[in-house]
Amino acid sequence: MSDLTVKRLTQRCGDIDPRDVSEYISTGGYKALVKALLTMKPQGVIDEVKASGLLGRGGAAFPTGLKMQMVHDTPGDVKYVVCNADEGEPGTFKDRYLMEGDPYQLVEGIILAGYAVGAQKGYIYIRGEYDRAIELMKNAVEQTRKIGYLGNNILKQHFNFDIEVRSGAGAYICGEEFALIESLEGKSGRPRYKPPYPPVSGLWDKPTLINNVETLANIPYIVSNGSKAFRSVGTDNSAGTKLICLSGNIANRGVFELPFGITLKDIIYDIGQGVPGERELKMIQIGGASGSCIPSDMLDVKLDFADMKKNGLSMGSGAIIAFDDSRCVIDIVKSLLKFFAHESCGKCTPCREGNPQLYNLIDDFSKGSATPSHYDVLQSLTQTMQQAALCGLGQSSPMPVVSTLLYFKDEYDMHINGRCPAGICSSTNGGEII
Amino acid sequence: MVEEIINSHGIAEDKLVPILLDIQNSNDKHYLSEDDLKQVSRLLGIPESRVYSVATFYSFFSLQPRGKYIIQICDNAPCIVNGAYNVIDDFRHILGIDMGQTTPDGLFTLEYSSCLGCCSHAPAARISGELYGDLDSEKIKSILSDLRRR
Ligand SMILES: Cc1cc2nc3c(=O)[nH]c(=O)nc-3n(C[C@H](O)[C@H](O)[C@H](O)COP(=O)(O)O)c2cc1C
Ligand code: SF4
Ligand code: FES
Repeated sequence: MSDLTVKRLTQRCGDIDPRDVSEYISTGGYKALVKALLTMKPQGVIDEVKASGLLGRGGAAFPTGLKMQMVHDTPGDVKYVVCNADEGEPGTFKDRYLMEGDPYQLVEGIILAGYAVGAQKGYIYIRGEYDRAIELMKNAVEQTRKIGYLGNNILKQHFNFDIEVRSGAGAYICGEEFALIESLEGKSGRPRYKPPYPPVSGLWDKPTLINNVETLANIPYIVSNGSKAFRSVGTDNSAGTKLICLSGNIANRGVFELPFGITLKDIIYDIGQGVPGERELKMIQIGGASGSCIPSDMLDVKLDFADMKKNGLSMGSGAIIAFDDSRCVIDIVKSLLKFFAHESCGKCTPCREGNPQLYNLIDDFSKGSATPSHYDVLQSLTQTMQQAALCGLGQSSPMPVVSTLLYFKDEYDMHINGRCPAGICSSTNGGEII
Repeated sequence: MVEEIINSHGIAEDKLVPILLDIQNSNDKHYLSEDDLKQVSRLLGIPESRVYSVATFYSFFSLQPRGKYIIQICDNAPCIVNGAYNVIDDFRHILGIDMGQTTPDGLFTLEYSSCLGCCSHAPAARISGELYGDLDSEKIKSILSDLRRR
């Protein structure tokens, strides 16, 4: 493996038996929990997380310490921690890797978060497709309860905390925080209007800390080793490591723990070993299905929240999907829109109607029936969705269209002229669209 | 059966999704009958309309009888560029059914799925709770014949 990778969050993955709590403990596990409960106040834990600069790994990069502070400061006796393990973003499988490789680290992170914000109960909401992760997390919770780190008076302190594992049932939208909360309450997973935000009014309208798996899995390290050690890897504004998932037309597919600050080029060609076969890289999509699609000459951008933002990109879930030059941009965008049209929850019109409309417009390109006026319609429709959709799904699903119109406009033009350069939107003969 | 499952979860509104999942998995046809939904509504004290709305919202639930083995084939981009369309064609050909259909012997149902988190082994499918990656024609044939022999 390339030496650009770091072993921090993933240090135990593949090396310990994920069912056996004693292997976790003998490799330094639950040290942070003991340290926090015996020597730190809840505010001390929050301060350490704040100082670490940890930003949420679920997509929005919100400062985790600040979110914890908000839940901590909201008055109320009943509070919750919810771990978002609904990982449904196409091309993303890092949370699965963490849960299957080191389930106790996540349990420890959730207990620490519960201690910090003053919660009594945690939920881990895992997508229904992850049968093995569900089983391993349930086992980890049970084993942890057995050794007394979950339950009442943990470590003889006045701290009661327990965790319940819940399974999703096949709805991508349940990764959105309020849709997930609705689903936990036993309802259809449809987002709520914000504000109020979950730290103020979340699960059963109680203050709720909701964080991604990878975010919470970072907390034991921060508490054990301190914020300074945490910041020893990464950049000033993006501290620590990031789990990146490489998929698509790339030789070395998989999950890699990487330091912030390396370039996309390093990731694609050093870690990923480039495109297999005689092919060339045409495009990468970064951040998941609603991420930007960029050409191969934009790979000097750094894996860094600020540098990516400056270049109009978002890290999203940490997925990077590579496409080689045999792929058709229109065809890829079409498949993404099919996904969004299928996963839209239907609550708001811009998204419910907009995604199928976008799909139809792009389908016109692949059928060779698009006209130059399609560009105007695409522009106004994508803008309407970005501005008027209720949640992140509808606001960001136009991104693949917007970014490919920016970087691959020539390919759209060719389709208007009846040519699919990759020969995919065509019958068998020579790329002419019939 | 429905009553047993509900009792094992406890009578709580928020357990609706896990309860429906268990009911569906407990029958060989992997679906929720009208009668199931009515019972759940009565026993949990939730309006039928809401039980129905939840049962139709989540893609795991089916109100139509399905096969003993549900074959969910991923058709998201990372799988597509690694040959998912061939996988779909192979399954359709071998089983002689289209996507969304069930074989006449009631053994197999073919469905599309969103990403299964198995993209590093694309193309991928999930069959009755198990993940299968790096699928090709040979592998598909042997998976199906294994399942038939079970
Ligand atoms: C459509 C949609 C899907 C999402 N899916 C996920 C997901 O699968 N996992 C996740 O952690 N966050 C997901 N999010 C982001 C969550 O709403 C939320 O921001 C996140 O759980 C916060 O955790 P963090 O602060 O640790 O990043 C999704 C958001 C949207 C709009
Ligand atoms: S944007 Fe889409 S997914 Fe989000 S609330 Fe509106 S319809 Fe539902
Ligand atoms: S895209 Fe098929 S498993 Fe992820």
